[in-house]
Amino acid sequence: MDDQYLLSMKNISKEYFGNRVLKGVNLNVKPGEIHALVGENGAGKTTLMNILFGMPVIYSTGGFEGEIQINGESISIDSPHTAMNCGIGMVHQEFMLIPEFNVTENIKLGREIGEPTALSKIFGNLLEKMNWTQMSKEARKALDSIGMMNIDEYAKVAGMPIGYKQFIEIAREIDKTGIKLLVFDEPTAVLTEGEADRLLEIMRLIAKKGIAIIFITHRLTEVMAVADSMTILRDGEFVVRKDVKDITLTKIAELMIGRQIDKLVDDSLLASRDLSDNKIALEFKDYHVDMPGERVKGMNIKIREGEIFGFGGLAGQGKIGIVNGIIGLFDTQGDVFAFGKRLDLSKLGEALRNNIAFVSEDRRGVGLLLGESVERNITFTAMQIKDQFLRRIGPMKILDKAKADQHTREMIKLFDIRCTGPSQTAGSLSGGNQQKVCLARAITMDPKILIVSEPTRGIDIGAKKLVLEYLTKINREQGTTIVMISSELVELRSLCDRIAIVSEGKVFSVMKPDDSDAAFGLAMAGVREEEAV
Amino acid sequence: MNQKNDFFKKAGSFLFDNKVMIAFAAICLAAILLSGSPMTFIVDGVFTRITRNTFTVLALIIPVLAGLGLNFGIVIGAIAAQIAVFCVVYWGLGGFGGMLLSVLIATPLAVLFGYLVGKLFNRMKGAEMIAGLILGYFADGLYQLLFLVIIGGVIPVDNPKLIISGGMGVKNTIDLTGNLKYAIDSVRMVDIVTVVFYVVLAVTLIKIILHLLKKYQLNKGDFIFFGIFGLLFGISYIPEIEKFLSTDRLILLDALTAVLIVLAILELIKIIKSIWINKEPLKTLVKPIVTLLVYGLIYALTFIPEIEEVLSYVKLPVLPFLLIAGLCWFNQKILSTRLGQNMRTVGQSQSVAMASGIDVDKTRVIAMIISTVLASWGQLIFLQNIGTFSTYGAHTQIAQFAIAALLVGGASVQKATNKQAIIGVILFHTLFIVAPEAGKQLFDNAQIGEYFRVFVSYGVIALSLAMHAWTQFKKEVQPPTGGADLEIPALPAVTVKQQTLK
Repeated sequence: MDDQYLLSMKNISKEYFGNRVLKGVNLNVKPGEIHALVGENGAGKTTLMNILFGMPVIYSTGGFEGEIQINGESISIDSPHTAMNCGIGMVHQEFMLIPEFNVTENIKLGREIGEPTALSKIFGNLLEKMNWTQMSKEARKALDSIGMMNIDEYAKVAGMPIGYKQFIEIAREIDKTGIKLLVFDEPTAVLTEGEADRLLEIMRLIAKKGIAIIFITHRLTEVMAVADSMTILRDGEFVVRKDVKDITLTKIAELMIGRQIDKLVDDSLLASRDLSDNKIALEFKDYHVDMPGERVKGMNIKIREGEIFGFGGLAGQGKIGIVNGIIGLFDTQGDVFAFGKRLDLSKLGEALRNNIAFVSEDRRGVGLLLGESVERNITFTAMQIKDQFLRRIGPMKILDKAKADQHTREMIKLFDIRCTGPSQTAGSLSGGNQQKVCLARAITMDPKILIVSEPTRGIDIGAKKLVLEYLTKINREQGTTIVMISSELVELRSLCDRIAIVSEGKVFSVMKPDDSDAAFGLAMAGVREEEAV
Repeated sequence: MNQKNDFFKKAGSFLFDNKVMIAFAAICLAAILLSGSPMTFIVDGVFTRITRNTFTVLALIIPVLAGLGLNFGIVIGAIAAQIAVFCVVYWGLGGFGGMLLSVLIATPLAVLFGYLVGKLFNRMKGAEMIAGLILGYFADGLYQLLFLVIIGGVIPVDNPKLIISGGMGVKNTIDLTGNLKYAIDSVRMVDIVTVVFYVVLAVTLIKIILHLLKKYQLNKGDFIFFGIFGLLFGISYIPEIEKFLSTDRLILLDALTAVLIVLAILELIKIIKSIWINKEPLKTLVKPIVTLLVYGLIYALTFIPEIEEVLSYVKLPVLPFLLIAGLCWFNQKILSTRLGQNMRTVGQSQSVAMASGIDVDKTRVIAMIISTVLASWGQLIFLQNIGTFSTYGAHTQIAQFAIAALLVGGASVQKATNKQAIIGVILFHTLFIVAPEAGKQLFDNAQIGEYFRVFVSYGVIALSLAMHAWTQFKKEVQPPTGGADLEIPALPAVTVKQQTLK
């Protein structure tokens, strides 16, 4: 019965360090069909593809459970090379091209055609002479077969438009003999609209030749336009496999997001607050951040005093850039006002001096001094900016050890940081406890605005709850304005007053936590509700 | 008008691309003028240095192409050569046979060392140069242990010429006169022709056997190849030519004439081919004809008395130059093989190479082995030409000087060619020869010239490394658009992010 499928992955489960990222997922693809694989960030799409390609990262973390069949035959794919031999190819999101090589060299990379020489007969095929005439002929054929007559097979790749690079990658996969299945991992993310349309056309062209395509994308409109069938994943679980003609855009969005919203925060804390549009804590006006991969391109939003405000959206759309711009790690343009005062973000520490504290998403890189003690980590920002925990002796400032120690112990108790004491190094703590240290440091600054970026990334459920509860607590008790940036919609919806969905570096829409799943799903995919019908 | 602009643009980019080389050429010229040394002295000195050092510099090219950077580890190849030289001298052997034996001893040692260095470099990706530099010092320590303590101490060696009179350790200098000195330089041309002929004969026979075994398809090229060498061998029996060939040195003037004749013949063959075989339009002939005229002009220049004097004064040892030419040919040829293509790919991006199924580590190890073996042969050529073997000093600075020479020729950490190596050797050693004299003329102190050349050799390495770091840094800041040297391939990188998300 499974014979109709070219590829079927059955009951695939995968654990990373005790964290189950895939739970019994099925994926079935027929020959010659375009099969979309959709899901939020973290739904398990990439892990599933890594398993399909036998990437080393899967085997170095203990392998996976489940079965992979090709044409009904069970196979074991233990390296990218085996995957290649099984006829599985991939068009990478980051191009696997060498700019200094020409198009032919890139298409034939690793699969060069050699002519035997007398020496190669004795010492093996490494000493074969390269046959460039034959190779350029085949490269030409591959390019022509995807309609790219205007790419010269002898041109250097460096300096070509991004779209061309993508097409060269595709030509390389097509050129492989016996290719049966091609995976496109977010191929349109980097393309202009015209290029993206061209790509979709080429995908149809390839599928017509009987090659199956797995199309991973966040752009649901493209799925509707080009795919034959689709599999939806959510939180590492298989949701549904459907033919595209039997489903609507709104339904897809709902299935991607749809889940119970756990009340992570105790209702008793929901005391009435006085939120008013007249009292603005933080305002962005035409705000740009030049952070590679997370660019913010002209953001306008006002955040009210005493509010918990969330930024959500897919990875790479710019939500991470917002906080990094304020910290001063990347160049910014436009204006940011804190309580009506314009911040000069070109000066490092400007935001800190204006009572804005942060918890960075890059805990180990930006957030912590891994080799230093918990105490130093909690106190050093306050020491630098506010001269706290210091004693003045003449012109010198000396660390007030007793005060710092006392404060650290209070924080350890407050956040339940599991450590041997204030002197343990931060690097040796678990992820959740490291996050608590970051939070403790931000609180030590006694901020009026607290910006937390991915506060629950990589920490266990208990610590997650504690962190979120504490954020709500200081918001309600001390009136601290909280800006929370998170990839987890559930989390945002559980405690934010308003949620801005960021798409392509701009605020796409500002939503209420109790808006429908479908509305959130569409907003994440960058589709207006009226377009969805 | 447009063409003119284009010309200026081209000239500008030529100047910019060759800035290091041009700057050095200018410094050399100034130093030559200042020193006031006679040209015969300078040219003779430069050619002696080319004989000694070019081979080692050329040994650096393959690691650069394979992305291993400048191979400071060639010191280890030199050590392999020196161990071999010591053995051969101890056994009392000499001459060309002794040299062949040194090669036979040095090569397996260098292969082993190269393999180990390559393995180490694979564990230190991105820090190969500093690893190579430190490894050179470490190897020097082991070498000293071997020569100072083990030889004569642990292994009893009874040879008053080699061992310090106290009874332990090898002497500071070993005289190679009478054994290995000029072992390569003094090979007569007629012997070279004979040996090459027999080698070609043997190769052709093997090819014929393979052909009969149906493992190899003989082609026209094989016979032409054999024919040329057979003809050369035959000509060498003509008495006049035999007399000319029976020396081991070639006057530079004759060498130049011979090279020009060979180049001119090749160019003529090209012209004939394009007219009668490919039937190309006459317009394509402009370039070869201009080239021919240039050759003629160069030949005419040799009749100017001053130039003729210099050219007839300098005498070249033939075999070392043939070996250098052979290595240039090898460096060129290896790039057209699958191995060469793999090396270039690995050199450009390890992650892309890995994703294309190339065994990155193996390719890098092979590159290191080739480089180490070539370096050991280079050191053998160096020692036999110098004639005295400074036991503890001969290898210590070979990496720095070879690398400095390569960089002066305009090479960088990622790109190096034969041409750059040869130009670099010429410029670097010209400066070495004239700097002390120029310093003396300018400051009345030869020591200052000496300082200057040391300053220059280290300065150029430092500058080149700093420029490399700068471009690397710039690359990292820009968003990766492919080809960026990410250690982790694209897929796992995303996975790591995802797994922490949960």
